Amino acid sequence: MMEKVLLKNLGKAGSHTIANYIAGGGYKAFTTALKMKPDNIIQMVKDSGLRGRGGAGFSTGLKWSFIPKDPTMQKFLCCNADEGEPGTFKDRGIIDHDPHMLIEGMAISSYAIGASKSYIYIRGEFVFGAERLQQAIDEAYAKGFLGKNIQGSGFDHDMFVHRGFGAYICGEETALLESIEGYRAQPRKKPPFPALAGLYGKPTVINNVETLSCIPAIIEKGPEWFSKMGPEKSPGPKIYGVSGHVKKPGLYELPMGTTAKDLIYNHCGGMLRDGKPLKAFIPGGVSAPMLTPKDIDTALDFDSLAAKGSMLGSGAVIVMDSSTCMVKMSYIINRFFSHESCGKCTPCRDGTPWLTKVLKRIEYGEGRPGDLDLLDGICDNIFGRTFCPLGDGAVMALRGALKNFREEFQYHIDHKRCMAS
Amino acid sequence: MLSEQAKQEIQAALKKYHNKRSAVMDALRIAQQENGGHVVKRDMEEIAAILEMQPVEVNAAAAFYTMYNIDKPVGKYHIQVCRNISCSLMGAEHIIKHLERTLGVKTGETTPDHKVTLSTVECLGSCGTAPMMQVNDDYYENLTEAKIDELLKKFD
Repeated sequence: MMEKVLLKNLGKAGSHTIANYIAGGGYKAFTTALKMKPDNIIQMVKDSGLRGRGGAGFSTGLKWSFIPKDPTMQKFLCCNADEGEPGTFKDRGIIDHDPHMLIEGMAISSYAIGASKSYIYIRGEFVFGAERLQQAIDEAYAKGFLGKNIQGSGFDHDMFVHRGFGAYICGEETALLESIEGYRAQPRKKPPFPALAGLYGKPTVINNVETLSCIPAIIEKGPEWFSKMGPEKSPGPKIYGVSGHVKKPGLYELPMGTTAKDLIYNHCGGMLRDGKPLKAFIPGGVSAPMLTPKDIDTALDFDSLAAKGSMLGSGAVIVMDSSTCMVKMSYIINRFFSHESCGKCTPCRDGTPWLTKVLKRIEYGEGRPGDLDLLDGICDNIFGRTFCPLGDGAVMALRGALKNFREEFQYHIDHKRCMAS
Repeated sequence: MLSEQAKQEIQAALKKYHNKRSAVMDALRIAQQENGGHVVKRDMEEIAAILEMQPVEVNAAAAFYTMYNIDKPVGKYHIQVCRNISCSLMGAEHIIKHLERTLGVKTGETTPDHKVTLSTVECLGSCGTAPMMQVNDDYYENLTEAKIDELLKKFD
């Protein structure tokens, strides 16, 4: 068993208080970091090989290095805690149980990029989490880890909680910035990238909760410790959030690159019901194309999943047994995307509801001959033609289902009923 | 009308940001909370004045985010059942049907005594403990019909 880093305090009473966090060695990494040169911290994070845990898998250190070095410029750090990708509940685990690990990670990151202010964008439904973060921030101010001239270093930093209010698109980094600025959360055109023109037009880094929570351990244990865990090109600990038809759903912190087989059958205790074997699994939240039992030995990391035509995304593994109707699941997934389409660009705004309409009629036994070709055509007209990845996610999910279970969709159309049940 | 306390809370929120408009989400949340779960036009006009925005801009922001209930009162208890994939796999449909039967309302409706509103929502980020629902600010997880019956009994 690996030593847990990110979820070490899950389920421990009182782990969210600063007293317990400090007693466990918390804020030591920040104190160490404040004595280092910011560029050396960025280099350490680069050397660690840490890649963004929000879904895109971009090198965190490299992202930080794009921030201009001019010390007179206002810069921002934003933590993406919008956690909205269906199947994903990992960041909530950190926020609720170890808020100071995130705050410490954000404080170190802010120091490294020279940001005097940071915002945690937390989804509106996480009321408990938002209150917990605010309490933790207040504690950190009281102990002198936030505010003016932190630990006598001359570094000033203020941290704020910004609460979302129900919009999946805010997980897209430029939509998140629009939302903080008080506008409808519609993605911006890139370039310019946020590293040059982000929040209020200033250089901004946006990182996911899990990404930022890795930072204190990288400072403390060194980049080599991190880079030696898991696969060479996407190392480190990873939180897998497993839901659906397994005996023990929940959060599992394991080395990156754990196989789907090990996760489902070992850690999660196997399939939920005897006689209902695995039919498919989604490896990284609903945007990630589903895989089937033949892919069970796939390592759950960025590159291995990309090689299988899917993606690690948020590391949310959704497990479906043989009783699952893929038409119904595809309808539910697509209904979500059409509900969450922000309305900015036509292919997604009009295309995703159209997909949902066709999927709904197939699901309800009113499918028409030619509907599958119609779905393919709509997918072709959305994919790669949208402003942001939301439309692509809708298409990737549906294409994954159509690729693996096309005959099941056809059966629904031909027989007006389900093959699975 | 926004209370003095609400106005003070909005002023406190303003301090977090570099422009006044950034506080619009906090302001709308504060107004909705004070108003018992929905936000009304009059309050949006007041918010617009405080934040130096046009009322239509406040309305546009509010309309974008699903958790603002604009001019749509909700019951004292707002039940929001997740209907997304993980909850669906674990029986969300049965949960929704059970609630509809027990409360005597359809999804999207409020009981005649204005006590309970039943809604369905997309993923609430509690997938490992599916099926689940949110009642006002709180999460209820690993739901069963019996658990729901127990909870409904506690509604006063």
